[in-house]
Amino acid sequence: MSGFPRGLRLWFAPRELREEGDTPDYRFSLANERTFLAWLRTALALIGGGFAVDQFLPGLVRGVRTGLSVALLAAGVLCALRAVNHWVRCERAMRRGEDLPASRFPAFLSLAVALVAVTMVVVVLFGWEGR
Amino acid sequence: MTTPARDPGLQPERTRLAWRRTTLTCTVVTLLAGRQALHGGAGPAALIAVALTLLAWLVFLRAAHLRVAGTATAEPAPLSPRLALTAAACTVALAVFAAAMLF
Repeated sequence: MSGFPRGLRLWFAPRELREEGDTPDYRFSLANERTFLAWLRTALALIGGGFAVDQFLPGLVRGVRTGLSVALLAAGVLCALRAVNHWVRCERAMRRGEDLPASRFPAFLSLAVALVAVTMVVVVLFGWEGR
Repeated sequence: MTTPARDPGLQPERTRLAWRRTTLTCTVVTLLAGRQALHGGAGPAALIAVALTLLAWLVFLRAAHLRVAGTATAEPAPLSPRLALTAAACTVALAVFAAAMLF
């Protein structure tokens, strides 16, 4: 994530963002906002999944259960922070008339979710339940 | 006296609905958090956890409400970074309370 510190400053400086370039068509801003909200929902779903693993899989070994839960929660936190960062960067790019930023995050997130799923398959197949 | 034409793509409506969906998701997560906190009985720690979770939910609700009210015009202003940050902070807060309740 290049330019992360610069982007981070913009999180807290709305005026600075507004001074850059020209205000884009409001429909583009709204589309960007909906993308941000979709990422936020993804983050909330991951966090909900973290709760669900802990609450609805009482048969799982405690270590595996806590590990999965923490992994999902951490992914949720990352996803929420990245949602704000990406939204700010897209907004700034649109104001400056630049290309929208590319991101590796979706690939990382899908790998992480696949990893959690594979872990669950292994747990189910080999029956690591117990107390 | 010319009012701006309604956007044929219904962008403001879609954005409002996106906020509603997100609020709904946040509510579900809040309920799960409450269930988690009260699972081991209603001790003082559990009650504090429930109160903090409710606080995060209320802050999120307020941010969503402000934004929904702000998109009621034909050409709404862009989302302010402060609201975006508030919504994300509430999400992070829920995750942090969840992690605290695990141990």
